Amino acid sequence: MSPLSSPHIMTMDDLNAEDITTILDTAESFKEVNERRIKKLPTLRGRTIINLFLEPSTRTRTSFEIAAKRLSADGINMTGSASATVKGESLRDTAKTLSAMACDLIVVRHKYAGAPQMLAECMDAHVVNGGDGMNQHPTQALLDLFTIRQHTGKLEGLTVGIVGDICHSRVAGSLVPALRKVGAKPVIIAPPTLLPARPDVLGAEVATSLDEALPELDIAYMLRIQMERAAGMPFPSLREYARFYGMNETRLASAKPEMLVMHPGPMNRGVEVSSAVADSPRAIVLDQVNAGVAVRMAVMYLLLGGESGGAAA
Amino acid sequence: MALLLKNGRLVDPEVSLDEVADMIVRDGRIVEIGQDLTIPKGVTVECAEKIVVPGLVDLHTHLREPGREDEETVASGTRAAAHGGFTAVCAMPNTSPICDTGSKVRFLVERAVETGVVRVHPVGSLTAKQDGESIAEIGDMVAEGAVAFSDDGRGVQDAGMMRRVMDYAKAFGTVVVSHCEDESLVAGGVVNEGVVSTRLGLLGWPAAAEEVAVARDIRIADLTGCRLHLAHLSTAGSAQLVRAAKARGVLVTAEVTPHHLFLDEDAIDRAYDTNLKMNPPLRTTKDREILIEALLDGTIDCIATDHAPHARHEKEMEFELAPFGTTGLETALSLLITHLVQPGRLAWPDLVRVMAHAPRAAFGLPAIRLEAGAVADLTIIDPEAKVEVSREWFVSKSSNSSFLGATLLGKATDVLVEGRFALKNGKVVT
Repeated sequence: MSPLSSPHIMTMDDLNAEDITTILDTAESFKEVNERRIKKLPTLRGRTIINLFLEPSTRTRTSFEIAAKRLSADGINMTGSASATVKGESLRDTAKTLSAMACDLIVVRHKYAGAPQMLAECMDAHVVNGGDGMNQHPTQALLDLFTIRQHTGKLEGLTVGIVGDICHSRVAGSLVPALRKVGAKPVIIAPPTLLPARPDVLGAEVATSLDEALPELDIAYMLRIQMERAAGMPFPSLREYARFYGMNETRLASAKPEMLVMHPGPMNRGVEVSSAVADSPRAIVLDQVNAGVAVRMAVMYLLLGGESGGAAA
Repeated sequence: MALLLKNGRLVDPEVSLDEVADMIVRDGRIVEIGQDLTIPKGVTVECAEKIVVPGLVDLHTHLREPGREDEETVASGTRAAAHGGFTAVCAMPNTSPICDTGSKVRFLVERAVETGVVRVHPVGSLTAKQDGESIAEIGDMVAEGAVAFSDDGRGVQDAGMMRRVMDYAKAFGTVVVSHCEDESLVAGGVVNEGVVSTRLGLLGWPAAAEEVAVARDIRIADLTGCRLHLAHLSTAGSAQLVRAAKARGVLVTAEVTPHHLFLDEDAIDRAYDTNLKMNPPLRTTKDREILIEALLDGTIDCIATDHAPHARHEKEMEFELAPFGTTGLETALSLLITHLVQPGRLAWPDLVRVMAHAPRAAFGLPAIRLEAGAVADLTIIDPEAKVEVSREWFVSKSSNSSFLGATLLGKATDVLVEGRFALKNGKVVT
């Protein structure tokens, strides 16, 4: 039996505070494994994990792939463009086909919200959401919590400012409820054109001025701006965005001295984060990436029936 | 052949009728209404405990023929209509090809005669190919039997174009139907902008995207003097705009669907049920309550189903990719009985008003009254019958209903179109 309360991790709703602690604690022991010379455990030998990535992704897919390999699972990557599944096989049929091959766990990344729920309905396998449309990306939120805890030693009581494209961001979609579950305070900071319609239902405080919100923050979490977007830009220019919502040295100097800067990557230097800040010790972006592998190992291990804590023994 | 409807409760507010009586139908017409009637030969139908009303009309049906005969046809759609108690449907023009010329209207009229079991009134498109750029052959279509005009599914985006079309349509005495959607404000939205769009990570469709179009088209109706009908209103703000326009004397009528009255966005949860994806989207509980009030006080004239059949494999896609729409012909009457008549909010004469008289008046269709000499388009309702809404229950080729799984009270048991049974004892006559 899995020590987690849900057989799937599709949204943060699947996890309670205790589950989150279990995952983070288990990830600690896997992080230690990742620092060994031989970074491989026999734990999931004989189990099959499919990474179904229907939207381009490099870092998340690689992170899940490494996690599966380090646990000795048979990991298979499947990629495809969302449009190919639209024109050809439906997601439901893809799911049923993969289920017929008897896979134990599937990680799904898709351009559209609700894809993990659809897989869970059609498959006899554990489902982990690797990012669905503009909805959620729960393992990103978990690795962010892990990284914050690693640096500050706690989660409860922290104020975390999430800055940028909140309304189109699945990262924010999971991070806001994740922070609330562990007793931290999320503040979403963006121009109104990038805020969701009803931020109150997320339970986050809202600010439209980064400078006003900044002094309260223990963490500044800078979201990626989609540079490829052209028509209907929700702000006048990248230059203006950087001026009002970018993290630079001046802002860093006026923040709490221990405030840390995070980013889910890939970073647009000079837009969300200036180069000087990105390369400063206050930016813990690479720690997030490092935590990603350990957290995803923990998620796979726990969903597939592992005992909490004792994984790396 | 003569037909005697015995002991039914005959309800028709137009002739101030609401009493248990007998009715004789002969040669497609009502010939007599009275007590203890007999006929020398013919068929007697016992209607005790049933309600007999003028035939129900749906102003907003997608029959999908031509083009998507896998989803619905004139044959299957009119059978679904009969199953739901309707004696006539108005077929929307966004088929493939678009119904935008007289010959395409004639095709539908002929198809209905050949294969339909209830009346089909074609609705033509306002602009050629629904491109929003040039006026469709409205006069030609009126001559072939089109009863109203609509760029349903899109709406005319350009205000100047809408003005031109409404000016032109006036010459033929017809009604222009607004789809009430400003695409620039919808901007890819798939659910109501608000709680659900935020919670489920879906793009939102604000109420203002409808209300801006409603306000615009009311003003253009004012300007042109053309009769305007507003399709599938979904927001409290739209109801307020219609109320104000009617108070000013603008020639405007409006419809609302059962799904916008009895479902709201809270029904959409992380199951991402695509049968709950419609255009316009399900709104808030407050919108829903205000729409019900607007229907009850006559601000909104009538019920329309926006029956939108879709292939199951297309509805079973990701929420953002699935097509908009729910079927509605077979559940509309039962939903109104269950949610409004049974709890005492809507009296039977008012149900007749919103499902039979007001729809005919909105599109200028000949009135049907329960009186001697009238055409015998009749619906007979068993108000106590129970309906379990399951996929198997539908006569329609499609079963993408947002009410699957519901248990409803009351249904049509018989439908007569010009004195002939289209539905008899709950079974469609084929």
